[in-house]
Amino acid sequence: MNTSLTKPLLKITGLRKAFGDNVVLGDLHLNAAEHSCTALIGASGSGKSTLLRCIDLLEVVDDGVIELDGQDITDPRADADEVRTRIGIVFQAYNLFPHLRVIDNISLAPRKVHKVPREQAEEEALALLDRVGLREKATARPDELSGGQQQRVAIARALANKPRLMLFDEVTSALDPELVGEVLAMIRELRTDGMTMLLATHEMGFARDVADRVCFLDGGRVLEEGPPEQVLSDPREPRTRQFLRRIIDAGRL
Amino acid sequence: MPATSWQPSQLQRERERYRRKRAFRSWLIALVSTAVVATVVVLVVGNSSGWPRTRDSFFDFGTGWHDLPKLLRAFWLNVQIMLISEAFILVFAALIAILRTLRGPAFFPIRFVCAFYVDLFRGLPFLLVLLLVGFGIPSLRLQGAPSSPMTLAIIALVLTYTAYVSEVFRAGIQSVHPSQAASARALGLTYSQSMRYVIFPQAVRRVLPPLLNDFISLQKDTALASILGVIEIVQTGQNYLSGDFKFVHYVMAGLVFLVLTIPMTRFTDWYAQRQGWINAGAII
Repeated sequence: MNTSLTKPLLKITGLRKAFGDNVVLGDLHLNAAEHSCTALIGASGSGKSTLLRCIDLLEVVDDGVIELDGQDITDPRADADEVRTRIGIVFQAYNLFPHLRVIDNISLAPRKVHKVPREQAEEEALALLDRVGLREKATARPDELSGGQQQRVAIARALANKPRLMLFDEVTSALDPELVGEVLAMIRELRTDGMTMLLATHEMGFARDVADRVCFLDGGRVLEEGPPEQVLSDPREPRTRQFLRRIIDAGRL
Repeated sequence: MPATSWQPSQLQRERERYRRKRAFRSWLIALVSTAVVATVVVLVVGNSSGWPRTRDSFFDFGTGWHDLPKLLRAFWLNVQIMLISEAFILVFAALIAILRTLRGPAFFPIRFVCAFYVDLFRGLPFLLVLLLVGFGIPSLRLQGAPSSPMTLAIIALVLTYTAYVSEVFRAGIQSVHPSQAASARALGLTYSQSMRYVIFPQAVRRVLPPLLNDFISLQKDTALASILGVIEIVQTGQNYLSGDFKFVHYVMAGLVFLVLTIPMTRFTDWYAQRQGWINAGAII
């Protein structure tokens, strides 16, 4: 593989984040090459969400370096707003703006942050809605959509910034199996387009299917990482094996 | 992993140094700009030709300090009027706000009466209500009607402010997401129970700042009770003023109001913060 030769798009070194006495991430290392798709797995509370929030600078890290395109974004001199325009994040609870129509949810950032004229921003928003198959919902309010539809709008909203990196934080956890399919299909399509992605997920089957690397987080660090076949089928670490055993027992693999 | 075993890296120490430096610089800029503005104000005002006269009339605190005990005693009347009114206002306003949220045709008359009352008393100048109640009611010589000026002032205040405050409450109730009512009803709580234990507490937390706004406004309007002959703090100041023509008595009365309202605002903010009310229910 030549992924080790190309410069990583995202490079995390010695990351630490604690909330009071609770050390959520301690000395975490992680790289993501351009066009790669990395799945983060691990028990609830293992720090997956915190890691994604740190990358999007929604949390101030306590130590360590996160580099995006070779730039240290954890440097206090870095412009957090500018950095965030290069990163798209999708949350578990969708977090759409309930007072705005679907099309305004999507075109808000292009219009206000990137100063795209309204007409062009709406045209691009409609194109994105086409892509997620929700063009006819452009003037609906988030409340009128199903969970899966809301999550697809949330993905379209994150894509509207034309990000370099997409972060998915357990985006299917709040959805029923039927709706999970439509959201995962979208992510798979993004993968085909070459988007660099980091996704925290409990969908092991999906991780195996779409990711080219799986990282198992435990105790605030990446305990084991490798190709999905290896980590998910033949894990080296006993802790990983124990975690996967529970998942299999719960019928989720 | 114990938190104590960790030592920040060289890089992290450098970052913290940088952040401290930035914080110090912001603090320094604030200090210097404040000093500059204050100096300019003092020089401009102090050198203006009207300043000595203004000072002798408005800021003769030697004279003002002298009547502070009497002003404070009069202010106790304002405080009483305020506290009694506020107790009634909070209860009536909450009741009206909740009644206005009732749905269904059977409640139409109740909703109508509440809406009419709010429209009416929110729209009338308070002075007009005060004159109507304060001089109008006694002029009717009704059996058992209140005649004490203080009681009449309280009635006028309650009538007017209940209308305002009920709208504040209603806005709060309507801002609570419908899913909250749904989950309360789903647990088997009745409409009034879900209002009492789920919706209304969230509403109150959300409208605390505008509620305090009206509370302070009420406090200031207690001064209008002087029109009915209540010798409260502003009236007392006026009595001094007619003796020596110095406006410092009014200034002192104004300071007494501020000494009560400003700490009260800060206290409410602090209390809400400590209780975790800020952003409570912001999710959804």
